[in-house]
Amino acid sequence: MIAALAFYLFAAILIASAVMVVTARNPVHSVLFLILAFFNAAALFLIAGAEFLAMILVIVYVGAVAVLFLFVVMMLDIDFARLREGFQRYAPIGAIIGGILFLELVFVVGSWGFSSQASELRLAPNPGTGVTNAEAIGRILYTDYVYLFQASGLVLLVAMIGAIVLTHRQREGTRRQNIASQVYRSGSVLLEKVPSGAGIATLGIRRPPEPEPEAPKVTHGAGHGGHH
Amino acid sequence: MVPGMEGTTEMTIGLAHYLTVSAILLVLGIFGIFLNRKNVIVILMSVELILLSVNLNFVAFSASLQDLNGQIFAMFVLTVAAAEAAIGLAIVVIYFRNRGSIEVEGISTLKG
Repeated sequence: MIAALAFYLFAAILIASAVMVVTARNPVHSVLFLILAFFNAAALFLIAGAEFLAMILVIVYVGAVAVLFLFVVMMLDIDFARLREGFQRYAPIGAIIGGILFLELVFVVGSWGFSSQASELRLAPNPGTGVTNAEAIGRILYTDYVYLFQASGLVLLVAMIGAIVLTHRQREGTRRQNIASQVYRSGSVLLEKVPSGAGIATLGIRRPPEPEPEAPKVTHGAGHGGHH
Repeated sequence: MVPGMEGTTEMTIGLAHYLTVSAILLVLGIFGIFLNRKNVIVILMSVELILLSVNLNFVAFSASLQDLNGQIFAMFVLTVAAAEAAIGLAIVVIYFRNRGSIEVEGISTLKG
């Protein structure tokens, strides 16, 4: 009974916040409602018994993806008023297509039922209450689905590299470390024994000469271990 | 569409409830794509809503059939959704850097 009440509450908030995501005037509000929607979806996952996925949803989506959205929305200087143009123009066709899709889904679900052998056809039956959800998932994720697991890791790696490559910008005038010229420099590294209490200025320890003006700047500003 | 307890286990909340919620969520996501034709970021958020409804379906069937495969697949959907969000937002950032706006209607440089 309590579970049913909680389900209705969370489902209502989920749908209301989803409505606000697509209709909010300000994209920042959209992201915040998206976070609320993810939290409520995590609650629905919990009610369905998928505790691990619920936690993953909160951590990955709210902690990473929604914050990424928030960063991008706030970083870009967007004219929000112009983005609202054409809102009324596209609303009817969107409503028509959405209504048609919903009706089709209702027809599909209404005329559909489980196979009589559905329980025998399960590939990974739930081991029951003796095993926690996370352990049960881990038992099959790292054995039966280990290749898919590795492939999903590869997908994330490619996405990470792709995002970095796309957004990385080479500015003019930035000084970058040139490791080769740093390694191959000669005559500038000198080891001196400095008695305690005496500064290098009083001892007259010479610093290496400044590079020529024509020399590349990279050797000058390279790293912290440059001129000692 | 309400209560249908048939075909489900002893859960007080049946499979039909979850399917209804996820169907509404899917329709809202598609409606959002049509509604926000100019704002790519809200379109990406609508895609996230659609993928969330897919995940809800997976979890609902997983709980109804007592089969863990649905939850495993929902995790892979989550992975792909996270990668998609990262790449999509990176594309939005470089598009904004080049064009100064994120209007989808203006994206016709490729003349495809």
